[in-house]
Amino acid sequence: MHELAITESVLDIAARHGRQANAQRVTDIHLVIGQLSSIVDDSVQFYWDIVSRDTICEGATLHFERIPAQFLCLDCHHTYEFQQELSACPNCDSIRVKVTAGEEFQLQSIEIEENDAAPADP
Amino acid sequence: MTSTVTVVEHIMSANDRLAAQNRAELETSRVLGVNVLASPGAGKTSVILRTIEVLQESLQLGVIEGDTAAVTIDTDKIMSAGMPAVQINTGGQCHLDAVMMGNALPQMPLADIDLLIVENVGNLICPASFTLGTHFNIVIASVPEGDDKPYKYPNIYRSIDALILNKTDLLPYIDFNTEYFRRGIEILNPDVHFFPMSCKTGEGVPEWADWLRERVAIFQKNA
Ligand SMILES: Nc1nc2c(ncn2[C@@H]2O[C@H](COP(=O)(O)OP(=O)(O)OP(=O)(O)O)[C@@H](O)[C@H]2O)c(=O)[nH]1
Ligand SMILES: [Mg+2]
Ligand SMILES: [Zn+2]
Repeated sequence: MHELAITESVLDIAARHGRQANAQRVTDIHLVIGQLSSIVDDSVQFYWDIVSRDTICEGATLHFERIPAQFLCLDCHHTYEFQQELSACPNCDSIRVKVTAGEEFQLQSIEIEENDAAPADP
Repeated sequence: MTSTVTVVEHIMSANDRLAAQNRAELETSRVLGVNVLASPGAGKTSVILRTIEVLQESLQLGVIEGDTAAVTIDTDKIMSAGMPAVQINTGGQCHLDAVMMGNALPQMPLADIDLLIVENVGNLICPASFTLGTHFNIVIASVPEGDDKPYKYPNIYRSIDALILNKTDLLPYIDFNTEYFRRGIEILNPDVHFFPMSCKTGEGVPEWADWLRERVAIFQKNA
């Protein structure tokens, strides 16, 4: 259910940056989402079509770049990726591990069609 | 003409900004805020009531109750225990967010409160993404939920300071491997404070209350 709130946040950010750049239309939105961030792409896409209606982001394509989760063992400095399930260090069995990637939750960039007219006064 | 605009903004930034305002409001009144996360029925309200019982001698508590529906069952229980409580009805949403928290704060007598406990909506997934402005998060797990939950919902356990394992009185009746469970929590959070507890028998309540009292003391010394 929280995908709706997240989708609204994405719209707010994209529309704000689009307006600042004098966009007529936002055509593409690039999201970077770590594997440990719990959102479902399909649900965001579903809500997107509804919440973006009648905004400068209407019809924009959402691109999801998924970053795999990565852990660093604090005891033996081995790095390893998240497999199916959370696991201790496969090298030394330590549970003192740190997440080094996989928590990303960002709107990276947007692609826009600019207004032909001169940019509005700032 | 088309062009690319670099944004690089955290998707939750709007919520996080409001959470920072809530935090500042709490700190102005020297109130320590705790966000309580758990699945439905894990025992959030029971733990809060037990905590009030033990701490009311030395601390003034306040409670914000998040519920998806307009039922005041939990809020009424807190108020009959003699503590101020405010109910937030999320209108079906699966989590509290910083906006709802910000709306509830003015209804709380913050000047009189030392410790504000927020009972989040019963859910192990969504509340983890929405900061409220509290100083720390705790999770209440319970024995009947099973010992594999940390492996299935790793997110919520990563940013918590303490974990209560409630309903330990049921351990004789349920296959629950406490070591396996605890290891799952500690994989991503080796410093978490672990409190086995039974709200039914009261076992483990004093240890938890001591830790919480200590946190309030440290906070108020530095505030
Ligand atoms: N056996 C046993 N039952 C408990 C314990 N703690 C709570 N319960 C029972 O578990 C049920 C749910 O407890 P609540 O405290 O209402 O749980 P909650 O997490 O606040 O529930 P929601 O707010 O509805 O999500 C109640 O029937 C409690 O009496 C315990 O330590 N042992
Ligand atoms: Mg409750
Ligand atoms: Zn290792």
